[in-house]
Amino acid sequence: MIREVAKPQVRNVLRSRWLLCYVAFFGIATEGLLRFTGGDAKTLLSLTNVVLFVVPLMTLVYGTVYLYNSREFIELLLAQPLKRRTVFAGLYLGLAVPLTAAFAAGVLIPFVLHGIDPAARIVLATMLIGGSALTLVFTGIAFCVALKFEDKLTGLGAALAVWLILALVYDGALLLIVAMMSDHSLEKSLLAVSLANPIDLVRIALLLQFDISALMGYTGAVFSHFFTGSGGLLVITAALAIWIGGPLTAGLMAFNRKDF
Amino acid sequence: MIRIRALRKRYGRLDVLQGIDAEIPTGRVTAIVGPNAAGKTTLIKSILGLVRSDTGSIQVDSVRVNGDESYRTKIGYMPQIARFPSNLTGAELLAMLRELRPDVKEIDDELIRTFGLGLELTKKLNDLSGGTKQKINAVAAFLFKPATLILDEPTAGLDPRSARILKDKILGERRTGRTFIITSHVMSELEELADNVIFISEGKVRFSGSLEQIKRLTRQVNLERAVAELMEQGAAA
Repeated sequence: MIREVAKPQVRNVLRSRWLLCYVAFFGIATEGLLRFTGGDAKTLLSLTNVVLFVVPLMTLVYGTVYLYNSREFIELLLAQPLKRRTVFAGLYLGLAVPLTAAFAAGVLIPFVLHGIDPAARIVLATMLIGGSALTLVFTGIAFCVALKFEDKLTGLGAALAVWLILALVYDGALLLIVAMMSDHSLEKSLLAVSLANPIDLVRIALLLQFDISALMGYTGAVFSHFFTGSGGLLVITAALAIWIGGPLTAGLMAFNRKDF
Repeated sequence: MIRIRALRKRYGRLDVLQGIDAEIPTGRVTAIVGPNAAGKTTLIKSILGLVRSDTGSIQVDSVRVNGDESYRTKIGYMPQIARFPSNLTGAELLAMLRELRPDVKEIDDELIRTFGLGLELTKKLNDLSGGTKQKINAVAAFLFKPATLILDEPTAGLDPRSARILKDKILGERRTGRTFIITSHVMSELEELADNVIFISEGKVRFSGSLEQIKRLTRQVNLERAVAELMEQGAAA
Protein backbone atom coordinates (compact mmCIF):
# COMPACT_ATOMS: atom_id res chain seq x y z
CA MET A 1 0.00 0.00 0.00
CA ILE A 2 2.97 2.35 0.48
CA ARG A 3 3.33 2.53 -3.29
CA GLU A 4 -0.33 3.44 -3.74
CA VAL A 5 0.00 6.23 -1.18
CA ALA A 6 3.28 7.54 -2.61
CA LYS A 7 2.33 7.46 -6.28
CA PRO A 8 -0.22 10.32 -6.34
CA GLN A 9 2.08 12.40 -4.12
CA VAL A 10 4.97 11.90 -6.51
CA ARG A 11 2.72 12.98 -9.35
CA ASN A 12 1.54 15.99 -7.35
CA VAL A 13 5.09 17.14 -6.49
CA LEU A 14 6.40 16.56 -10.01
CA ARG A 15 3.75 18.97 -11.31
CA SER A 16 4.61 21.70 -8.82
CA ARG A 17 6.20 24.89 -10.09
CA TRP A 18 8.78 24.86 -7.32
CA LEU A 19 10.12 21.53 -8.43
CA LEU A 20 10.44 22.78 -11.99
CA CYS A 21 12.43 25.75 -10.66
CA TYR A 22 14.63 23.35 -8.71
CA VAL A 23 15.47 21.32 -11.83
CA ALA A 24 16.02 24.52 -13.81
CA PHE A 25 18.29 25.93 -11.11
CA PHE A 26 20.66 22.97 -11.15
CA GLY A 27 20.41 22.71 -14.92
CA ILE A 28 21.40 26.33 -15.45
CA ALA A 29 24.10 26.29 -12.75
CA THR A 30 25.69 23.15 -14.20
CA GLU A 31 25.38 24.32 -17.79
CA GLY A 32 26.87 27.71 -16.90
CA LEU A 33 29.78 26.22 -15.02
CA LEU A 34 30.45 23.73 -17.80
CA ARG A 35 30.65 26.57 -20.31
CA PHE A 36 32.72 29.00 -18.29
CA THR A 37 35.10 26.91 -16.23
CA GLY A 38 35.94 24.54 -19.04
CA GLY A 39 36.48 21.03 -17.77
CA ASP A 40 34.29 18.61 -15.91
CA ALA A 41 36.45 18.41 -12.79
CA LYS A 42 36.47 22.19 -12.27
CA THR A 43 32.73 22.36 -12.86
CA LEU A 44 32.12 19.66 -10.29
CA LEU A 45 34.37 21.37 -7.76
CA SER A 46 32.45 24.64 -8.13
CA LEU A 47 29.17 22.78 -8.11
CA THR A 48 30.04 21.07 -4.83
CA ASN A 49 29.38 24.12 -2.71
CA VAL A 50 26.19 24.93 -4.59
CA VAL A 51 24.87 21.42 -3.99
CA LEU A 52 25.89 21.42 -0.33
CA PHE A 53 24.01 24.66 0.30
CA VAL A 54 20.99 24.39 -1.95
CA VAL A 55 19.94 20.75 -1.57
CA PRO A 56 19.53 20.92 2.23
CA LEU A 57 17.86 24.34 2.05
CA MET A 58 15.35 23.43 -0.63
CA THR A 59 14.58 20.05 0.94
CA LEU A 60 14.06 21.52 4.41
CA VAL A 61 11.87 24.42 3.33
CA TYR A 62 9.88 22.55 0.70
CA GLY A 63 9.50 19.48 2.91
CA THR A 64 8.24 21.43 5.90
CA VAL A 65 5.77 23.50 3.89
CA TYR A 66 4.67 20.38 2.03
CA LEU A 67 3.76 18.56 5.21
CA TYR A 68 1.86 21.54 6.63
CA ASN A 69 -0.10 21.93 3.40
CA SER A 70 -0.89 18.22 3.34
CA ARG A 71 -2.54 18.31 6.74
CA GLU A 72 -6.11 17.75 5.50
CA PHE A 73 -4.95 15.21 2.95
CA ILE A 74 -3.14 13.27 5.68
CA GLU A 75 -6.41 13.21 7.62
CA LEU A 76 -8.16 11.79 4.58
CA LEU A 77 -5.47 9.12 4.20
CA LEU A 78 -5.59 8.22 7.89
CA ALA A 79 -9.36 7.77 7.65
CA GLN A 80 -8.73 5.02 5.09
CA PRO A 81 -7.95 1.48 6.21
CA LEU A 82 -4.20 2.17 6.32
CA LYS A 83 -1.63 1.81 9.05
CA ARG A 84 -0.04 5.03 10.21
CA ARG A 85 3.41 3.84 9.25
CA THR A 86 2.16 3.10 5.72
CA VAL A 87 0.87 6.65 5.39
CA PHE A 88 4.14 8.03 6.80
CA ALA A 89 6.29 5.98 4.44
CA GLY A 90 4.09 6.99 1.52
CA LEU A 91 4.40 10.67 2.41
CA TYR A 92 8.17 10.41 2.81
CA LEU A 93 8.77 8.61 -0.47
CA GLY A 94 6.21 10.79 -2.20
CA LEU A 95 8.41 13.78 -1.47
CA ALA A 96 11.94 12.35 -1.36
CA VAL A 97 11.68 10.54 -4.69
CA PRO A 98 10.70 13.56 -6.86
CA LEU A 99 13.17 15.84 -5.02
CA THR A 100 16.00 13.39 -5.63
CA ALA A 101 14.98 12.92 -9.25
CA ALA A 102 14.81 16.70 -9.78
CA PHE A 103 18.28 17.27 -8.34
CA ALA A 104 19.80 14.40 -10.30
CA ALA A 105 18.13 15.45 -13.54
CA GLY A 106 19.23 19.07 -13.13
CA VAL A 107 22.89 18.12 -12.66
CA LEU A 108 23.02 15.19 -15.04
CA ILE A 109 21.30 16.57 -18.14
CA PRO A 110 23.92 19.27 -18.95
CA PHE A 111 26.71 16.72 -18.43
CA VAL A 112 25.05 14.24 -20.74
CA LEU A 113 24.50 16.92 -23.38
CA HIS A 114 28.15 17.98 -23.21
CA GLY A 115 29.45 14.44 -22.95
CA ILE A 116 31.03 13.28 -19.70
CA ASP A 117 34.79 13.18 -19.36
CA PRO A 118 35.57 9.58 -18.27
CA ALA A 119 37.96 10.90 -15.63
CA ALA A 120 35.18 12.86 -13.95
CA ARG A 121 32.74 9.97 -13.86
CA ILE A 122 33.44 8.87 -10.34
CA VAL A 123 33.25 12.41 -8.97
CA LEU A 124 29.96 12.99 -10.78
CA ALA A 125 28.59 9.73 -9.40
CA THR A 126 29.73 10.67 -5.91
CA MET A 127 28.01 14.03 -6.24
CA LEU A 128 24.75 12.45 -7.40
CA ILE A 129 24.82 9.90 -4.59
CA GLY A 130 25.84 12.53 -2.03
CA GLY A 131 23.12 14.95 -3.12
CA SER A 132 20.53 12.19 -3.06
CA ALA A 133 21.65 11.13 0.41
CA LEU A 134 21.32 14.74 1.60
CA THR A 135 17.81 14.87 0.14
CA LEU A 136 16.86 11.74 2.10
CA VAL A 137 18.43 13.11 5.29
CA PHE A 138 16.79 16.51 5.12
CA THR A 139 13.37 15.24 4.03
CA GLY A 140 13.36 13.26 7.28
CA ILE A 141 14.48 16.28 9.31
CA ALA A 142 11.83 18.46 7.61
CA PHE A 143 9.14 15.93 8.57
CA CYS A 144 10.37 15.89 12.17
CA VAL A 145 10.25 19.67 12.33
CA ALA A 146 6.77 19.89 10.77
CA LEU A 147 5.41 17.23 13.15
CA LYS A 148 7.01 18.86 16.16
CA PHE A 149 5.55 22.35 15.69
CA GLU A 150 1.82 22.87 15.20
CA ASP A 151 2.30 26.36 13.81
CA LYS A 152 3.46 26.64 10.21
CA LEU A 153 5.57 29.77 10.64
CA THR A 154 7.31 28.44 13.73
CA GLY A 155 8.03 25.23 11.86
CA LEU A 156 9.43 27.08 8.88
CA GLY A 157 11.62 29.14 11.21
CA ALA A 158 12.87 26.00 12.90
CA ALA A 159 13.65 24.43 9.51
CA LEU A 160 15.69 27.48 8.52
CA ALA A 161 17.47 27.38 11.88
CA VAL A 162 18.43 23.75 11.28
CA TRP A 163 19.80 24.71 7.88
CA LEU A 164 21.75 27.70 9.25
CA ILE A 165 23.30 25.56 11.98
CA LEU A 166 24.29 22.60 9.82
CA ALA A 167 25.29 24.55 6.70
CA LEU A 168 27.02 27.59 8.21
CA VAL A 169 27.30 27.89 11.98
CA TYR A 170 28.71 24.40 12.49
CA ASP A 171 31.69 24.89 10.21
CA GLY A 172 32.24 28.41 11.47
CA ALA A 173 32.34 27.24 15.07
CA LEU A 174 34.65 24.41 14.07
CA LEU A 175 37.08 26.79 12.37
CA LEU A 176 37.01 29.07 15.38
CA ILE A 177 37.86 26.24 17.74
CA VAL A 178 40.63 25.02 15.49
CA ALA A 179 42.07 28.53 15.26
CA MET A 180 41.91 29.02 19.02
CA MET A 181 43.50 25.68 19.79
CA SER A 182 46.11 25.75 17.08
CA ASP A 183 48.76 24.51 19.53
CA HIS A 184 47.05 21.17 19.93
CA SER A 185 46.72 18.51 17.35
CA LEU A 186 43.01 18.20 16.73
CA GLU A 187 42.92 16.05 13.63
CA LYS A 188 41.41 13.01 15.30
CA SER A 189 38.69 14.93 17.13
CA LEU A 190 38.02 17.02 14.03
CA LEU A 191 37.42 13.80 12.20
CA ALA A 192 34.88 12.68 14.75
CA VAL A 193 33.12 16.04 14.78
CA SER A 194 32.82 16.05 10.99
CA LEU A 195 30.92 12.79 11.15
CA ALA A 196 28.25 14.52 13.22
CA ASN A 197 27.17 16.79 10.35
CA PRO A 198 25.66 15.22 7.22
CA ILE A 199 26.68 18.15 5.02
CA ASP A 200 30.31 17.83 6.14
CA LEU A 201 30.17 14.11 5.48
CA VAL A 202 29.18 14.62 1.87
CA ARG A 203 31.68 17.48 1.51
CA ILE A 204 34.53 15.26 2.70
CA ALA A 205 33.44 12.42 0.47
CA LEU A 206 33.43 14.78 -2.51
CA LEU A 207 36.60 16.74 -1.83
CA LEU A 208 38.59 13.57 -1.34
CA GLN A 209 37.59 12.50 -4.85
CA PHE A 210 39.18 15.62 -6.28
CA ASP A 211 42.61 14.66 -5.06
CA ILE A 212 43.20 18.10 -3.64
CA SER A 213 43.48 16.93 -0.05
CA ALA A 214 47.20 17.63 -0.29
CA LEU A 215 46.27 21.31 -0.34
CA MET A 216 44.58 20.92 3.03
CA GLY A 217 47.83 20.33 4.88
CA TYR A 218 48.39 17.82 7.63
CA THR A 219 44.70 17.65 8.54
CA GLY A 220 43.91 16.93 4.93
CA ALA A 221 46.43 14.15 4.99
CA VAL A 222 44.89 12.64 8.10
CA PHE A 223 41.45 12.88 6.57
CA SER A 224 42.65 11.51 3.29
CA HIS A 225 44.35 8.62 5.00
CA PHE A 226 41.26 7.84 7.04
CA PHE A 227 38.59 8.24 4.40
CA THR A 228 40.15 6.99 1.20
CA GLY A 229 40.54 3.48 2.49
CA SER A 230 37.58 1.18 2.12
CA GLY A 231 37.06 1.55 5.87
CA GLY A 232 36.59 5.29 5.47
CA LEU A 233 33.94 4.86 2.82
CA LEU A 234 32.21 2.41 5.08
CA VAL A 235 32.27 4.91 7.93
CA ILE A 236 30.82 7.68 5.73
CA THR A 237 28.10 5.39 4.42
CA ALA A 238 27.24 4.19 7.91
CA ALA A 239 27.16 7.74 9.29
CA LEU A 240 24.88 8.87 6.45
CA ALA A 241 22.64 5.86 6.99
CA ILE A 242 22.27 6.89 10.63
CA TRP A 243 21.50 10.43 9.51
CA ILE A 244 18.76 9.10 7.24
CA GLY A 245 17.38 6.53 9.68
CA GLY A 246 17.51 8.64 12.84
CA PRO A 247 15.18 11.48 11.80
CA LEU A 248 12.94 8.97 9.99
CA THR A 249 12.49 6.91 13.15
CA ALA A 250 11.90 10.01 15.27
CA GLY A 251 9.45 11.31 12.66
CA LEU A 252 7.54 8.04 12.53
CA MET A 253 7.28 7.95 16.33
CA ALA A 254 5.93 11.51 16.37
CA PHE A 255 3.55 10.66 13.51
CA ASN A 256 2.22 7.64 15.41
CA ARG A 257 1.51 9.68 18.52
CA LYS A 258 0.11 12.74 16.81
CA ASP A 259 -3.54 13.82 16.90
CA PHE A 260 -4.79 14.99 13.52
CA MET B 1 -23.49 -0.02 16.70
CA ILE B 2 -20.74 2.26 17.89
CA ARG B 3 -20.19 2.19 21.64
CA ILE B 4 -18.22 4.93 23.36
CA ARG B 5 -17.24 4.50 26.99
CA ALA B 6 -15.73 7.08 29.35
CA LEU B 7 -13.74 8.69 26.54
CA ARG B 8 -11.31 11.36 27.67
CA LYS B 9 -8.98 13.59 25.72
CA ARG B 10 -6.83 16.48 26.86
CA TYR B 11 -4.82 18.87 24.71
CA GLY B 12 -2.34 20.36 27.13
CA ARG B 13 -4.47 22.41 29.53
CA LEU B 14 -7.58 22.01 27.38
CA ASP B 15 -9.91 19.27 28.63
CA VAL B 16 -11.75 18.62 25.37
CA LEU B 17 -13.52 15.34 26.13
CA GLN B 18 -14.26 14.76 29.80
CA GLY B 19 -15.66 11.25 29.82
CA ILE B 20 -18.00 10.73 26.88
CA ASP B 21 -20.48 7.85 27.03
CA ALA B 22 -22.60 7.34 23.97
CA GLU B 23 -24.16 4.73 21.75
CA ILE B 24 -24.71 5.25 18.06
CA PRO B 25 -27.28 2.75 16.77
CA THR B 26 -26.93 0.97 13.44
CA GLY B 27 -29.13 2.08 10.57
CA ARG B 28 -29.93 5.43 12.11
CA VAL B 29 -28.81 9.00 11.55
CA THR B 30 -27.28 10.38 14.72
CA ALA B 31 -26.65 14.10 14.94
CA ILE B 32 -23.91 15.38 17.20
CA VAL B 33 -24.69 18.93 18.24
CA GLY B 34 -23.33 21.40 20.73
CA PRO B 35 -21.77 24.84 21.09
CA ASN B 36 -18.55 25.77 19.31
CA ALA B 37 -15.50 24.04 20.79
CA ALA B 38 -17.68 21.49 22.58
CA GLY B 39 -15.56 18.61 21.28
CA LYS B 40 -17.70 17.41 18.36
CA THR B 41 -14.89 17.13 15.84
CA THR B 42 -12.55 15.63 18.43
CA LEU B 43 -15.17 12.95 19.15
CA ILE B 44 -15.59 12.15 15.46
CA LYS B 45 -11.84 12.02 14.95
CA SER B 46 -11.49 9.69 17.93
CA ILE B 47 -13.90 7.26 16.30
CA LEU B 48 -11.80 7.41 13.13
CA GLY B 49 -8.55 6.95 15.04
CA LEU B 50 -7.21 10.34 13.90
CA VAL B 51 -7.13 11.48 17.50
CA ARG B 52 -5.64 9.17 20.11
CA SER B 53 -7.84 9.33 23.19
CA ASP B 54 -6.23 9.34 26.65
CA THR B 55 -8.58 6.86 28.35
CA GLY B 56 -11.87 5.17 27.64
CA SER B 57 -12.85 2.94 24.76
CA ILE B 58 -14.61 2.99 21.42
CA GLN B 59 -16.12 -0.12 19.86
CA VAL B 60 -17.26 -0.20 16.26
CA ASP B 61 -19.44 -3.29 15.77
CA SER B 62 -17.87 -4.76 18.91
CA VAL B 63 -14.35 -4.32 17.55
CA ARG B 64 -12.29 -2.11 19.79
CA VAL B 65 -10.65 0.87 18.11
CA ASN B 66 -6.93 0.83 18.67
CA GLY B 67 -3.93 0.02 16.53
CA ASP B 68 -5.75 -2.12 13.98
CA GLU B 69 -6.87 -0.23 10.90
CA SER B 70 -9.20 -2.78 9.26
CA TYR B 71 -12.41 -1.46 10.88
CA ARG B 72 -12.03 1.67 8.75
CA THR B 73 -12.87 -0.33 5.61
CA LYS B 74 -16.46 0.00 6.77
CA ILE B 75 -16.33 3.75 7.42
CA GLY B 76 -16.67 6.62 4.98
CA TYR B 77 -15.51 10.03 6.19
CA MET B 78 -16.28 13.47 4.91
CA PRO B 79 -14.04 15.97 6.72
CA GLN B 80 -15.03 19.53 7.43
CA ILE B 81 -12.37 21.12 5.25
CA ALA B 82 -11.72 19.84 1.75
CA ARG B 83 -8.08 20.43 0.85
CA PHE B 84 -6.34 18.03 -1.46
CA PRO B 85 -2.95 17.86 -3.20
CA SER B 86 -3.23 20.92 -5.39
CA ASN B 87 -1.73 19.54 -8.60
CA LEU B 88 -3.86 16.42 -8.83
CA THR B 89 -7.21 16.16 -10.55
CA GLY B 90 -10.35 14.96 -8.83
CA ALA B 91 -10.35 11.84 -10.98
CA GLU B 92 -6.78 11.03 -9.88
CA LEU B 93 -7.73 11.50 -6.24
CA LEU B 94 -10.70 9.12 -6.54
CA ALA B 95 -8.52 6.64 -8.44
CA MET B 96 -6.02 6.69 -5.58
CA LEU B 97 -8.76 6.04 -3.02
CA ARG B 98 -9.91 3.08 -5.08
CA GLU B 99 -6.39 1.69 -5.29
CA LEU B 100 -6.18 1.85 -1.51
CA ARG B 101 -9.14 -0.54 -1.30
CA PRO B 102 -8.44 -3.14 -3.97
CA ASP B 103 -10.97 -5.56 -2.45
CA VAL B 104 -13.93 -3.29 -3.02
CA LYS B 105 -15.45 -4.10 -6.38
CA GLU B 106 -18.75 -2.25 -6.17
CA ILE B 107 -18.47 1.51 -6.39
CA ASP B 108 -21.11 4.11 -5.70
CA ASP B 109 -20.39 7.14 -7.86
CA GLU B 110 -23.98 8.29 -8.16
CA LEU B 111 -23.07 11.68 -6.64
CA ILE B 112 -20.67 12.40 -9.53
CA ARG B 113 -23.68 12.32 -11.83
CA THR B 114 -26.19 14.06 -9.57
CA PHE B 115 -23.72 16.82 -8.71
CA GLY B 116 -22.78 17.05 -12.41
CA LEU B 117 -19.07 16.73 -11.59
CA GLY B 118 -17.96 14.95 -14.77
CA LEU B 119 -15.97 17.80 -16.28
CA GLU B 120 -14.76 19.18 -12.96
CA LEU B 121 -13.00 15.91 -12.19
CA THR B 122 -10.55 16.48 -15.05
CA LYS B 123 -9.40 19.84 -13.64
CA LYS B 124 -6.66 20.40 -11.09
CA LEU B 125 -8.07 20.40 -7.57
CA ASN B 126 -6.37 23.72 -6.90
CA ASP B 127 -8.45 25.42 -9.60
CA LEU B 128 -11.77 24.27 -8.13
CA SER B 129 -13.99 26.35 -5.87
CA GLY B 130 -14.46 25.41 -2.23
CA GLY B 131 -17.96 24.13 -2.95
CA THR B 132 -16.81 21.88 -5.78
CA LYS B 133 -14.04 20.45 -3.60
CA GLN B 134 -16.63 19.79 -0.92
CA LYS B 135 -18.69 17.85 -3.49
CA ILE B 136 -15.67 15.70 -4.35
CA ASN B 137 -15.23 15.20 -0.61
CA ALA B 138 -18.79 13.87 -0.47
CA VAL B 139 -18.24 11.58 -3.46
CA ALA B 140 -15.16 10.14 -1.70
CA ALA B 141 -17.13 9.43 1.48
CA PHE B 142 -19.90 7.50 -0.29
CA LEU B 143 -17.62 5.82 -2.86
CA PHE B 144 -17.19 2.44 -1.18
CA LYS B 145 -20.75 1.98 0.11
CA PRO B 146 -19.51 1.98 3.69
CA ALA B 147 -21.78 0.68 6.44
CA THR B 148 -21.05 3.79 8.51
CA LEU B 149 -20.69 7.34 7.25
CA ILE B 150 -19.22 10.12 9.31
CA LEU B 151 -20.00 13.55 7.93
CA ASP B 152 -18.52 16.66 9.55
CA GLU B 153 -20.52 19.73 8.49
CA PRO B 154 -21.44 18.09 5.18
CA THR B 155 -23.39 20.93 3.59
CA ALA B 156 -21.06 23.77 4.64
CA GLY B 157 -20.08 25.63 1.48
CA LEU B 158 -22.65 23.93 -0.74
CA ASP B 159 -25.30 25.88 -2.63
CA PRO B 160 -28.94 25.03 -1.78
CA ARG B 161 -29.38 22.76 -4.76
CA SER B 162 -26.22 20.75 -4.03
CA ALA B 163 -27.10 20.63 -0.35
CA ARG B 164 -30.46 19.15 -1.30
CA ILE B 165 -28.82 16.54 -3.53
CA LEU B 166 -26.53 15.53 -0.66
CA LYS B 167 -29.39 15.38 1.83
CA ASP B 168 -31.45 13.26 -0.55
CA LYS B 169 -28.46 10.95 -0.89
CA ILE B 170 -28.16 10.65 2.89
CA LEU B 171 -31.88 9.86 3.28
CA GLY B 172 -31.75 7.36 0.43
CA GLU B 173 -28.74 5.56 1.88
CA ARG B 174 -30.32 5.57 5.30
CA ARG B 175 -33.16 3.50 3.92
CA THR B 176 -30.66 0.82 2.93
CA GLY B 177 -29.64 0.49 6.57
CA ARG B 178 -26.48 2.57 6.73
CA THR B 179 -25.42 4.32 9.90
CA PHE B 180 -24.75 8.06 9.84
CA ILE B 181 -23.00 10.37 12.23
CA ILE B 182 -23.49 13.99 11.28
CA THR B 183 -22.41 17.26 12.83
CA SER B 184 -23.82 20.52 11.62
CA HIS B 185 -24.55 24.01 12.76
CA VAL B 186 -27.68 24.09 10.62
CA MET B 187 -30.33 22.69 12.96
CA SER B 188 -33.13 22.71 10.39
CA GLU B 189 -31.02 20.41 8.26
CA LEU B 190 -30.46 17.98 11.13
CA GLU B 191 -34.17 18.08 11.88
CA GLU B 192 -34.72 16.84 8.34
CA LEU B 193 -32.10 14.09 8.56
CA ALA B 194 -31.58 12.91 12.10
CA ASP B 195 -33.29 10.19 14.10
CA ASN B 196 -31.22 10.68 17.22
CA VAL B 197 -29.44 13.60 18.81
CA ILE B 198 -26.39 13.64 21.03
CA PHE B 199 -25.85 17.01 22.65
CA ILE B 200 -22.32 17.69 23.85
CA SER B 201 -21.22 20.63 25.90
CA GLU B 202 -17.88 21.24 27.60
CA GLY B 203 -16.69 17.76 26.78
CA LYS B 204 -19.64 15.85 28.24
CA VAL B 205 -22.80 14.33 26.84
CA ARG B 206 -25.71 16.40 28.21
CA PHE B 207 -28.45 14.71 26.24
CA SER B 208 -28.76 11.59 24.17
CA GLY B 209 -32.01 10.42 22.68
CA SER B 210 -34.45 10.75 19.82
CA LEU B 211 -35.46 13.94 18.07
CA GLU B 212 -38.89 13.71 19.70
CA GLN B 213 -37.43 13.27 23.16
CA ILE B 214 -35.25 16.35 23.00
CA LYS B 215 -38.19 18.46 21.87
CA ARG B 216 -40.46 17.04 24.55
CA LEU B 217 -37.84 17.47 27.26
CA THR B 218 -37.26 21.12 26.44
CA ARG B 219 -40.90 21.77 25.44
CA GLN B 220 -39.81 23.34 22.17
CA VAL B 221 -41.32 23.02 18.72
CA ASN B 222 -38.13 22.41 16.75
CA LEU B 223 -34.57 21.19 17.16
CA GLU B 224 -33.00 24.61 16.88
CA ARG B 225 -35.01 25.94 19.80
CA ALA B 226 -34.55 22.74 21.76
CA VAL B 227 -30.75 22.86 21.43
CA ALA B 228 -30.73 26.58 22.21
CA GLU B 229 -32.76 25.82 25.33
CA LEU B 230 -30.29 23.13 26.41
CA MET B 231 -27.40 25.53 25.91
CA GLU B 232 -29.28 28.15 27.90
CA GLN B 233 -29.81 25.70 30.76
CA GLY B 234 -26.18 24.70 30.63
CA ALA B 235 -25.09 28.35 30.88
CA ALA B 236 -27.45 28.95 33.80
CA ALA B 237 -26.39 25.88 35.73
